Amino acid sequence: MTQATAEPPAAPARDDKRWRQVDVRIRRLGARPDGLIEVLHTVQEVFGYLDDGALAYVSEALGVPPSRVLGVATFYSHFVRKPQGLHTCVVCLGTACYINGAGAILARINDKLGIDAGGTTSDGKLSLLRARCLGACSMAPAVVLDDEVHGRMTADRMEQMLETL
Amino acid sequence: MTETGAATPARRRRQESLIPAGTARASAHVCMAAGCLSMQSDTVFDQLCERVTARGLTDVAVKRVGCLGLCAAGPLVVVPEQERLFDHVGAADDAAIDTVVEALAGAEDGGRSVASDPFFAHQVKVVLEHCGQIDPERVEDYVAAGGYEALTKAVTTMTPAEVLGEVTRSGLRGRGGAGYPTGLKWTTVAKSDSADGKYVVCNGDEGDPGAFMDRSVLESSPQQVLEGMAIAGYAVGASHGYVYVRAEYPLAVKRLTTAIRQAEHAGLLGPRIADTAFGFDVEVRIGAGAFVCGEETALLASIEGRRGTPRPRPPYPAASGLWGKPTLINNVETMASIPAILQRGAEWYAAIGSGKSRGTKVFALAGSVVNTGLIEIPLGLTLREIVFDIGGGLPAGGRFKAVQTGGPSGGCMPEELLDMTVTYESLAEAGSIMGSGGMIVMDQGTCMVDVAKFFMDFCREESCGKCVPCRVGTTQMHGLLERISRGLASREDLAELESLAGMVRDTSLCGLGQGAPNPVFSTLRYFRDEYLAHIDDHRCPAGVCVIDPVDAGAPVLEAKR
Repeated sequence: MTQATAEPPAAPARDDKRWRQVDVRIRRLGARPDGLIEVLHTVQEVFGYLDDGALAYVSEALGVPPSRVLGVATFYSHFVRKPQGLHTCVVCLGTACYINGAGAILARINDKLGIDAGGTTSDGKLSLLRARCLGACSMAPAVVLDDEVHGRMTADRMEQMLETL
Repeated sequence: MTETGAATPARRRRQESLIPAGTARASAHVCMAAGCLSMQSDTVFDQLCERVTARGLTDVAVKRVGCLGLCAAGPLVVVPEQERLFDHVGAADDAAIDTVVEALAGAEDGGRSVASDPFFAHQVKVVLEHCGQIDPERVEDYVAAGGYEALTKAVTTMTPAEVLGEVTRSGLRGRGGAGYPTGLKWTTVAKSDSADGKYVVCNGDEGDPGAFMDRSVLESSPQQVLEGMAIAGYAVGASHGYVYVRAEYPLAVKRLTTAIRQAEHAGLLGPRIADTAFGFDVEVRIGAGAFVCGEETALLASIEGRRGTPRPRPPYPAASGLWGKPTLINNVETMASIPAILQRGAEWYAAIGSGKSRGTKVFALAGSVVNTGLIEIPLGLTLREIVFDIGGGLPAGGRFKAVQTGGPSGGCMPEELLDMTVTYESLAEAGSIMGSGGMIVMDQGTCMVDVAKFFMDFCREESCGKCVPCRVGTTQMHGLLERISRGLASREDLAELESLAGMVRDTSLCGLGQGAPNPVFSTLRYFRDEYLAHIDDHRCPAGVCVIDPVDAGAPVLEAKR
């Protein structure tokens, strides 16, 4: 896996205004321990990933032991622990996508950019992820590029799309 | 959301349907489910609104609706008054959009007839009754279509016991896959004593790859699911519900959240429903990418904000679920079946179907089939009717090889089983399961060893790691399948794979591990010769697997180490 060689952004400081969004969410959920996953979703939406400082913040705010916060953050594949690239490309590897050639798309990206699923290009421009099934099976193979679903993808079209990013 | 509804004259904000002041003479239903949206159906919608307004058609509606089913031919527009479907209405295709406008203006050509189209003709819509008919983001639309009548009827004219009786007599079984009788489950929860509350949970963690039924229902008719949950709450004595939806379905989450807000605002959910003492509220919980959370005890752990690992049953959630309280868990499709059952009666529902499998089932057709999309059929149709009549067969040049149901816990059924009827029992006999409803058609270019390896890789990665047979067994089986696919395995490896598969099935803690060997069993049962071709002849008959070069003279055992 290629790590971003660029300096990762510093952990969000406690006085970062974006924490207010997290605080609002925590308040709405009644600051109860069972809101942990919901709060982690919000933190990731706001900051892009979950770093140690963010986990400590959530642990304190919800009264959940740090071990449990880390356990949850690492159990669920949706949560990421390091900064993601400027763009994200999610290749679906569900059954329909798989038998319709999703493997070739992944292979082409790997070929062109030198990253595997889970990796980020060294210039921090693109993170490559894979999904277990996006439920977009009717247009398999499907790819999500920056939150937009593209169906009936081919390796050639994928390459073109990534070149124009 | 404007609550004034139809009273407001035309031209609303573009995000909302264009509804004329009086009765609409004709309407264009534009599909806004994820499939068509990815083909810019939102732009098609905008264009239609603009052109309809420009033409001065003041008595026609342009409506945003949910899934129209035939995802393969999107973006889709239906004019229900004329029973005509317009497919491939591309956002940049002026001619196609104009054809729809002309149809709305009264032209009688263009589009295809829905009634005579085999894709639609074989279907019976109960769960999908409102999909493609109503605007999923307008509660008024659902109410106008008869929505919430079943809930009102239940709470004002029926006792909880009568509701339980109705659901039991309908013969409805859990649509999440296992097929447990819904009435029985509800009755168990209703009988469980709890001084401080019970819960109703709707399982929308549709994790099976190749399945998108629940997503479509949540995106197309979210109120229907909420109504089913509220009826369930009334029947079992719960006043609080959770819907657990996968994080991969952002649109479903958004529409569900909107639906809850609108229903509460309209007094359809919340305290004192229909001026009775019964109250029910619903919260959405979003998953975070863990397949195992589809298992009920893991799902409950996840709602409680913990790692989604299953626990042994009993106690079943019906006795001890969320925070130790009796909890009813049903899948999205099961909940969405409830309003129609109460409204039209158990006998009506039970008259549909075959044998012990009553009612309808929604399937997601995908893979090598012409009409990929969402279908709802009476249980008891044959696989051939589904794949060839409704699905339109395989694309030109493709030859049928197998159809896969049940996701990673299911199996692959070969050509000789095409005339088998689809029921819970027949699928189990054939070595597969009903599962949640994903149905993937495979052609001759698919290698069955590779398919088994694909599913095992899935289970291996998604195993939560709590029990050893699943955590270790799936990895070992994947390794063996990898060796077979590369042409490096021996017959002993195959025997080891089979014995290991039996052990994992029999000793795993939850359905993930217990079902994980199923793809191996079923492909071995029907396609053993393909395994043997990889092992004995070092070749992949479908030409999918990359075979390691093996020195013909070298002993296989050495080559594989």
